[in-house]
Amino acid sequence: MSSPAEGKLSAPPVAPASRTSGGEHFAVALDGVTKRFGKTTALDDVSLMVRRGELMTLLGPSGCGKTTLLNLVAGFLTPDSGEIAIAGRRMTDVPAYRREIGIMFQNYALFPHMSVAANVGYGLRMRRIAKAEIARRVGEALALVKLAGLEDRKPRQLSGGQQQRIALARALVIRPQVLLLDEPFSALDRNLRASMQVELKEIQRKLGVTAIFVTHDQSEALSLSDRIAVIADGRIRQLDIPDEIYRHPLDRFVASFIGDANVLRARLERIDGAVATVVLGAARVAVPARTLQGGAVGDPVDLFVRPEGLCVAENEAAAAVHGLVAAQIYQGGHIDLYVEVPQAVSGRVLLRVPSHEGASLRPPGTRIAIALAADAAVAFRAA
Amino acid sequence: MRSQSLLRLLGGAAVALILGFLLLPGLVVTLAAFNSRAILSFPPESWSWRWFAKAIAYEDFQAGFRNGLIVTACASSIALVVGAAFAFALDRYEFRLKRALETVLLSPLVVPHFTIGLGFLILAAQVGLARGYAVVVACHVVLVLPFVLRSVYISLRNLDPRLELAAASLGAPPRRVLTTITVPLLLPGLVSGWLFAAILSFNEFTASLFVTSQRTQTLPVALYNYVREYADPSMAAVSVIYIVVTATLLILANVFLGLAKVLAVEQPR
Repeated sequence: MSSPAEGKLSAPPVAPASRTSGGEHFAVALDGVTKRFGKTTALDDVSLMVRRGELMTLLGPSGCGKTTLLNLVAGFLTPDSGEIAIAGRRMTDVPAYRREIGIMFQNYALFPHMSVAANVGYGLRMRRIAKAEIARRVGEALALVKLAGLEDRKPRQLSGGQQQRIALARALVIRPQVLLLDEPFSALDRNLRASMQVELKEIQRKLGVTAIFVTHDQSEALSLSDRIAVIADGRIRQLDIPDEIYRHPLDRFVASFIGDANVLRARLERIDGAVATVVLGAARVAVPARTLQGGAVGDPVDLFVRPEGLCVAENEAAAAVHGLVAAQIYQGGHIDLYVEVPQAVSGRVLLRVPSHEGASLRPPGTRIAIALAADAAVAFRAA
Repeated sequence: MRSQSLLRLLGGAAVALILGFLLLPGLVVTLAAFNSRAILSFPPESWSWRWFAKAIAYEDFQAGFRNGLIVTACASSIALVVGAAFAFALDRYEFRLKRALETVLLSPLVVPHFTIGLGFLILAAQVGLARGYAVVVACHVVLVLPFVLRSVYISLRNLDPRLELAAASLGAPPRRVLTTITVPLLLPGLVSGWLFAAILSFNEFTASLFVTSQRTQTLPVALYNYVREYADPSMAAVSVIYIVVTATLLILANVFLGLAKVLAVEQPR
């Protein structure tokens, strides 16, 4: 866990423009939003700008405040302080039913007493649109989610995946300013989830609708998002494109929450502008200096390396650390190799080696040398 | 295998015994109603419809039936509105003494009907109210309110708040959320609450005895007054009519709403 000061560091990239621009170029703009429930602060001075047509993911563990943020944008909650704008209009005091928002819940929340057509057409009826026009747009929306012909069914007669598509059609048919998705895939089984994710992404891109997507599933976030806001303890820890979040996490929380990470004990040797050098075993590793602000030479640091950033060293000269193979697990395309390494915080590290290199070559107990790929590590001051 | 079928046989016998025990009083009264002789006896020696004809033609029973309908309709409808309002308040809002109100409104009746009837009698005399329908209706509202409240409250608890949020996000102002989502989904709870209230109110005797007058006496009170003087099977005939009317109401509720739903057995998702 990083200190509050570190958490604050990640916010500025999006915050300063908000007050002056009024969010005009943004689909959704939050400016210094705070929400408390009794004594708990669910969101603490959060600023966030979502671009037009973007799929922004709010990623964090349960209770981090991501759902509160979604409910604030939807208008189901009012912030204790701060401002919310949608499409450049100040929305802080506007009730949910005038915000032009489409929302899809985890359990879909289809109206059980209405047919599919009545569910999808509900938002249009509330807008007092002519019947023929409603029928036409409902038909279009159902075709978009590939469920044309199910107009007269009741929600309970549909499968989970179909219900989800109906919920999506219902949210999109009103042409919302922003589409809010509250953990929409968590109730689906794995295969269906993957195909629904692809489909949602396609539809979102095709319509160019801005979407805010809440999830605690980091792999879902990495695969779907244009940008990810990693949230913990009511603050945005890091906001960036998935690749940056994955490869250059700004703090320990982000580094350990997203993807698998090996943590190795190392020592800070030098800070040279934007690059710092740390010593790990026999190797010197270059890491970004920004995550080591305030560190002194000789300080212990924790080096975070993804499994694919480690490899079996070809020769002794390239080796950083050595260890004994503890287990190898065949995964099809690759092999997970668990190696006991003295420098590892958890006692062992995980490597992914291509399976064509052969599993039988390194039975448990084999001593191997491990090397680090270039630009594959980030370091944080030891906790 | 043999012990298993024996067990099944014993189980079936037990269920039959329990059912028989529960249905026995109704059965005895029903058979007694068809007795052609002018005494309440079981089993009857010869059969006749004459006591039904007499019961239906008897003026006190007619008046009691009419009064009962008036009181029941008013009391259960008022209780439904008041109970639904309380149920909403308890489910949706936080306020001082909420716990206390919840306990009072939802607790099974601690105060006996006898006490409630006596209380209303004293109150009515105190404020100089004649013993008209108002007192009877007010008394019945108090008696059936907990049942209505409980029924609506359970339905509200089972209502997914996200349905209302989804409707709001789709552009429905609060009043339209209420009319298009909340009330339609609560309908089984509202109907079952009203139905229970109606059945209880129509059958209520103890408190009614205190608050009704000759002019406003309900059917159970009329029956009591009758049995003090006569003991012929026309009362049994009235009982049979009671059973038939109640069963018809429940069957209608089942046809239109599903009894499982009305009785809140099945949890709506």
